[in-house]
Amino acid sequence: MNVNVTERDTHTPVDLTIVDCDIHPGMAPGELTPFLPKRWQEHMAVYGSFFRNGVKNAPTTHFRMAPDTARADSWPPSGRPPGADLDFMRAQHLDAYGIEYGILIPLRVGPGAQRNLEFGAALASALNDWQLATWIEKEKRFRGSIVVTPDDTEAAVKEIERLAPDRRYVQLHIPPKTDEPLGRKRYWPIFQAAVDHDLPLSCHVGGLSGHPVTGAGWPSFYLEDQHSNVQSMQAMLAGLVLEGAFERFPKLRVVLVEAGFAWVPAFCWRMDKHWERMRDEVPHLKRKPSEYVREHVWFTTQPIDEPNDNAHLAEITEWVGYDRIMFSTDYPHWDFDDPRFAFKGSLSAENREKIFRMNAKVFYGLD
Amino acid sequence: MASTDTAPRQKTKTVVAKVSDVKPGGGIYVTVNGRDIALFNVDGTFHAISNRCPHEGANLCTGRLTGLLESDRPGSYRLSRRGEMVRCPWHGWEFDLVTGQSYCDPKRTRVRNYAVSVESGSGLIEGPYKVETFPISIEEDYVIIET
Repeated sequence: MNVNVTERDTHTPVDLTIVDCDIHPGMAPGELTPFLPKRWQEHMAVYGSFFRNGVKNAPTTHFRMAPDTARADSWPPSGRPPGADLDFMRAQHLDAYGIEYGILIPLRVGPGAQRNLEFGAALASALNDWQLATWIEKEKRFRGSIVVTPDDTEAAVKEIERLAPDRRYVQLHIPPKTDEPLGRKRYWPIFQAAVDHDLPLSCHVGGLSGHPVTGAGWPSFYLEDQHSNVQSMQAMLAGLVLEGAFERFPKLRVVLVEAGFAWVPAFCWRMDKHWERMRDEVPHLKRKPSEYVREHVWFTTQPIDEPNDNAHLAEITEWVGYDRIMFSTDYPHWDFDDPRFAFKGSLSAENREKIFRMNAKVFYGLD
Repeated sequence: MASTDTAPRQKTKTVVAKVSDVKPGGGIYVTVNGRDIALFNVDGTFHAISNRCPHEGANLCTGRLTGLLESDRPGSYRLSRRGEMVRCPWHGWEFDLVTGQSYCDPKRTRVRNYAVSVESGSGLIEGPYKVETFPISIEEDYVIIET
């Protein structure tokens, strides 16, 4: 018997109950326009986006592994782009995997990377309103991220004040490659607003600020980019810790999204070792750097690390902390992780429940 | 002690599709005796492998067909066997449609492959194929999978 695969239930039934901490809602061209004030609609039509990464919107841009960076099977039959068709996303993703809550992280239009700061702030507000109207109001499993523009710090704080009372937004979304390392004091008003409203900071790998993906310059290959991009997350984490952001904001919570976590133990060992020798350079730190990480920083799973020996993943997870790792799929992107197979190796029922569900529920204050 | 004298299982040949159901360069999903199978048409030659990617379970029938790209040294390359590899629609693992082996981990990460043949509708009326679930027309050609 032949079955059209798009009509078939492509997954065996699952009774998993999952919180997915990284879903990227897509949009069709022009879809954001009605959410922009007229003044910025005109600006968009006449001037368009202005990134330091000049080729971002060119037709030949490096689209990374797959058109729209998407799973080949995530293009909805409706003709809308991947991740942009709610019914298709329900069937292919939310229902198929038993997803109880999905945290939306909109990556489109790069508000935080616009050279024109006011335009960037307008795009952020539009993206936030679009997120609510197009996704969250139509599907109660979704929770949103308040997209902010860290390099227009004042606008970022205003945007947090505007939206934080709506608790369907559960975190801030901040690109890791800001003009300066995110721990710098110029960004602290954002951290103040975050803790005032008890909203965690979510930093998703990537960003279009114009800084190269690596400290050593631009890579030649996507394979090179794909995992050297963690450098920006590491630099940002070191900055947050060593500048004293967690000392100044004891309630500040950060989740690093799509950056992996196997590197975290070694990174902390090295910070601790050097802190023991250079402590007096950063006297504002009262504790070992690793202790701030352990207390303030969470990590999402995708793309999951796949050591040759599965036991090594369990060991690393233990070092990072089973209470600090939260499952994510990155739907509909090509490097999506399937919750049934992503965490290879043994995981006790208790730890599975923490990683796939409870850690995120506690972190985001979900019922 | 377990019996070891069972005769090799008789292979079953099953008609799964009309030749015209699978576009050149494309794949479709079929089931045969409960097995999930991805059937591909590589310029008129048909290949069948199990549909589930052994890495994380994606449907290989939705993967893109590609060739074997190799290089002896930086600066040179050769592309051969055009269309005879399928790339998993998620993480891009490449599987050889002829052997079922993945390029990067051929021993451990592989999919089952099945013998495929094409018969005319008139030939099929003779048997020995399992056709009861599939309406046969004399004017069409059909794809048969052995399981």
